[in-house]
Amino acid sequence: MASNFKKETFREDYTYSNSDAAIKRFPFPFPEDQYMYSVNIEPHTKGKQGSVCEFTFDIDEHYVAECLDKKITLEQDPGRYQALPHMMDAQWDFVELTMEALAQDYPEHFSLKKQGLIWTWENKPLGIKDTFTFGDTSTLAAEPFDYIGRQLQGDFVLLDHRDETLYADAGIVTSQADWSLAFNVGMSWREWHGPVPRATELGVMDRALKYLLNLQIGSPVRRLNWTMTVNPRLDTSPENYPHWGGERNTVNAENIGDLIHLRVELQTLFRLPRSNAIVFSIRCYLINLKDIATYPRWAKRLHRVQKTMHPDLIEYKGMTKFHPMMVDWLAKFDDGETLAIGTQPE
Amino acid sequence: MSMINVKVAAIEQVTPLVKHFTFVKEDGSSLPAFSGGSHVVVSIDIAGRVHRNPYSLMGSPMENEAYHISVRRQENSRGGSVFMHENVTVGMPLKITYPVNLFSLAKKGRKHILIAGGIGITPFMSQIADLKRMGANYELHYAFRSPEHGAFAAQLKESCGDHLHCYIDSNATRLDLQALLSDQPLGTHVYVCGPSPMVVATLETARNLGWPENHIHSEQFLSPPIGEPFKIQLARSNIEIQVSAEMSMLEAIEAAGVEADFLCRGGVCGRCELDVLETDGALLHNDHFLTDSEKASCKKVMPCVSRAKGERLVLDL
Repeated sequence: MASNFKKETFREDYTYSNSDAAIKRFPFPFPEDQYMYSVNIEPHTKGKQGSVCEFTFDIDEHYVAECLDKKITLEQDPGRYQALPHMMDAQWDFVELTMEALAQDYPEHFSLKKQGLIWTWENKPLGIKDTFTFGDTSTLAAEPFDYIGRQLQGDFVLLDHRDETLYADAGIVTSQADWSLAFNVGMSWREWHGPVPRATELGVMDRALKYLLNLQIGSPVRRLNWTMTVNPRLDTSPENYPHWGGERNTVNAENIGDLIHLRVELQTLFRLPRSNAIVFSIRCYLINLKDIATYPRWAKRLHRVQKTMHPDLIEYKGMTKFHPMMVDWLAKFDDGETLAIGTQPE
Repeated sequence: MSMINVKVAAIEQVTPLVKHFTFVKEDGSSLPAFSGGSHVVVSIDIAGRVHRNPYSLMGSPMENEAYHISVRRQENSRGGSVFMHENVTVGMPLKITYPVNLFSLAKKGRKHILIAGGIGITPFMSQIADLKRMGANYELHYAFRSPEHGAFAAQLKESCGDHLHCYIDSNATRLDLQALLSDQPLGTHVYVCGPSPMVVATLETARNLGWPENHIHSEQFLSPPIGEPFKIQLARSNIEIQVSAEMSMLEAIEAAGVEADFLCRGGVCGRCELDVLETDGALLHNDHFLTDSEKASCKKVMPCVSRAKGERLVLDL
């Protein structure tokens, strides 16, 4: 649990870095030497102490800086927050889920006091204290989902469950791996997964949808997803492509260990009680290759995973430009030792 | 699967055949909030055999101090409803699942037509609380056998006022589905819950009138039917199980100590679906989940309500 929040940036001078403790708890996503899509969903139960899954929502050393970066992105482009009118019940469900979890898991930072429907929320790290009436939108300065979504690391999409599928009908999205909320809002499950290569053919998306339609209150689930990003940039959105797309051209054999970051998304899904909607939470963790290589086991594993990556996925994840250079850089750490299955650092 | 420990706080006989049960959390804390149209599965132990039956939650979703269900006594059932009526008493502890909603309101609907037959009124009781809170345009059409069987007519009259339309068989007042469904504005959704003939008639009338499929909603939990005994083989567990006449396949699997997924146990949700590896006879599909072509393929079966005929049925479990 982090109580010292770092001052750092995720744009321009990129002062973001991971402490030794943050490296050790990084959610490394590759249990095996080869990677392929699967429905790698598991119950979101309490993980080991200190791990990113210890609590319902992980608050780490980057919390304050990430919330500030989110604020900048939302100021520059208010369209990163969208909520269709029929999602108001889901917005309040989201407020309840997040405030209750944070107040329970991090009492030194957050508190929630209820007197009937009159709630008082205090967020000490961000210096926020407000009293409002649960269910009455006029008592908050912003829409409820917007209000609390800005006080959390990561992105959130509220999925409406109807017509035997899920619709992305609300979202607050500022740390996305090159997808656009403004483009996806209102889309159904099959529409927004349309561009994912190979997964549709494998039937992965249909199986995952069937599973999620049966997601139950009180039994959230999680999975990890990953990509690679040049520089520790949270906002790799299509809207701001001109600001980050070109950074791929700055990668060379000397700086690749500092510049290339493994970007891991801890995705969690919760059924919401009153709205019957689903929260899709996408929490982004960034780590550069050099920090990964401080654990030889991870460096060897990442080398093998990248060396055997399917060309379609290299293209889809935007790695084409630097992928051979990355495999070369990682090769020097790989002595060919057999690695047991598992994501642990050592 | 996560279960909630509750105890029976009150029992009320509302009609000659229907009892209303109130559950509170055993530890006195609040129950989870839920959405209109949700149900819970109640586990009861009858002579060492666990019965699990789905019942709609009837209370207001905004109230989370207690859950309310109503149970109609089914004389020809396998004993679950009779046990609820005769053996469940105030103070008794029970286990229920978290609420699940397979019959939710279409929040984008412009108007909502709710059609209930008899005990089929129960899921609408919680939906009406949601519709009223949202200020939605709705009509409730409630049909029952005779005045004493209109379990919640008086209560509904009070809460719904002019939105409620009652049809009583013994008074020869009948719901004219054709007239009702042929004169509705664009964007109207219809929901039906009740006896099978009523559900089928509503679905057919709406379809024949050209209603879009995703504007037609129904819920009909099935009880596992009684049938001929048969044997199943579980390939991964490497055991053979006898399914008796009164047991469902899912219950027999559970009784053998094999863990199987389930949610609604009424042939609706699809959670307990199993892959069929081999079969030499007919599968008796009773569920509402699999498509007709999936049923014909004999590759999948829903063990909560379906049965089999033949000597050999090998399941991937």
